Amino acid sequence: MAPEPTIEQTTEGIPLDSPDSNDRVARRTFIKSVIASGAVASSGGLMLVGLSGCSEDAAPAAGSVERLVTLRVNGRDRPVDVLPNETLAMTLRYKLGLTGTKLSCDRGECGACTVTIDDVAHNSCSTLTHSVRGRAVTTIEGLEQPDGTLHPVQQAMIDELGPQCGFCTPGQIMSGVALLKTNPSPTREEARQAMAGNLCRCGAYDHYLNSIMRAARTT
Amino acid sequence: MYAFEYRKAASTEDAESGFTAADDASFLAGGMTILPTLKQRLAQPSDLIDLSGIESLSGISVEGGTVTIGAMTCHADVAASADVQSAIPALAALANLIGDPQVRNRGTIGGSIANNDPAADYPGAVVGLNATVHTTKREIAADDFFIGLFETALDEGELITKVVFPVPEKAAYRKFPNPASRYAIVGAFVAKTSDGIRVAITGAGPTVFRVTEMEADLSESFSADAIKDIAIPQDDLNSDLHASAEYRAHLIGVMASRAVGDCS
Ligand SMILES: Cc1cc2nc3c(=O)[nH]c(=O)nc-3n(C[C@H](O)[C@H](O)[C@H](O)COP(=O)(O)OP(=O)(O)OC[C@H]3O[C@@H](n4cnc5c(N)ncnc54)[C@H](O)[C@@H]3O)c2cc1C
Ligand code: FES
Ligand code: FES
Repeated sequence: MAPEPTIEQTTEGIPLDSPDSNDRVARRTFIKSVIASGAVASSGGLMLVGLSGCSEDAAPAAGSVERLVTLRVNGRDRPVDVLPNETLAMTLRYKLGLTGTKLSCDRGECGACTVTIDDVAHNSCSTLTHSVRGRAVTTIEGLEQPDGTLHPVQQAMIDELGPQCGFCTPGQIMSGVALLKTNPSPTREEARQAMAGNLCRCGAYDHYLNSIMRAARTT
Repeated sequence: MYAFEYRKAASTEDAESGFTAADDASFLAGGMTILPTLKQRLAQPSDLIDLSGIESLSGISVEGGTVTIGAMTCHADVAASADVQSAIPALAALANLIGDPQVRNRGTIGGSIANNDPAADYPGAVVGLNATVHTTKREIAADDFFIGLFETALDEGELITKVVFPVPEKAAYRKFPNPASRYAIVGAFVAKTSDGIRVAITGAGPTVFRVTEMEADLSESFSADAIKDIAIPQDDLNSDLHASAEYRAHLIGVMASRAVGDCS
């Protein structure tokens, strides 16, 4: 599991390890200039610590990507400061506070970090945030209706007592949601294949399948 | 991950000029291999040049007895393509056996063959079908493309644009997958083509290779029986925690025979 980053890490790097401290200073000046340039992330209280007194005249380094970007997450436009080497899982969890998306292997093997991008299941730990600008990202937090009605896959998880410890559940649900979007009436085998990228250390696979099949029946 | 700059290329020219301008750039395709590699700090590129915005690199077309797959086409799209399923069903089936849905939704054919993992599936199809790898500079025949462990004929900064597969008379792929990652412990791609029979083995050695003895015997009699007595030397095969060289040598015969059976 990824360690909780410190405030310093969330503002300056994941991790902050440039061997060249001049580089680091340049980046810090740059981020200050970006944040000073106007829109500031609403969840940015944490990341703004220590960034008062920003200078507005520092220009971005040549060729570097604009760090203050707007992401479309759960139907909302979220302005956020994103490092060039930041994964979507990191941005969601530590910049936007969407900690329902879990980080476990951090290398594309377990599916705990599964989100949908334009309705397709992706491992957010192996996706750079900058690469998904302009695309619709949905996390577990974005599934319920504004009135609190759960998504049918979420409700079926409760009705079938799908999860055991629950750590892999958000990823399992996102894979189930992506499946039902393209194949609303899967066979059990099709559902098993669609969920194959989501590992469960509790071994609750059969319960998850029961939940997906129930959700398919109720939608 | 060490710090790097991120750049999304708008065209292949843009990607190449970005590569040349940077100190030490790498291309980014699906990221399924390169991002974990960077997280382990096994590489320290100055820039990652994202190819995902280059439209001309994605897509599948079938014409004149060939199937052309753009370098940035993800495995899921190849697996789901009705065109590939009808022209070269073995290729669509192979794509569908790669990893899991999340891996297939991001991983690309260009990334897979550029990386040339010894256990990757696509090298089996590229060599088995005698495909041609197109780059921004040239066309490379399958037999010349895969050089060794994680090594290809690509020059520094050379960008794969597409892979062109000739449509065979019949082809089949069988793999013995690692049950966790689904990478090939041994995979055998067998094809009957207008230029003869080809047998390509992936997963077993440092890189994909052909078994010419099997190809010769199958040309005389295309049946699993024809190759059952061919012993594969273990000397150059991989031994790791998943399988010994001896076991892999045995699996080559078993997987190739099954693939031949699927072709008949
Ligand atoms: C959990 C897991 C399971 C997997 N299982 C399998 C499996 O069963 N079978 C299998 O075959 N594979 C498997 N893979 C590999 C996966 O399918 C991808 O093919 C692979 O990770 C590389 O593709 P990518 O598009 O993600 O490339 P990236 O990781 O983005 O790039 C890989 C390398 O290729 C270079 N590159 C990318 N595109 C180009 C291009 N167009 N021209 C030149 N260079 C380029 C990059 O610079 C980099 O060096 C698995 C991966 C994971 C994480
Ligand atoms: S944390 Fe992303 S796949 Fe495991
Ligand atoms: S329910 Fe515990 S990891 Fe899946």
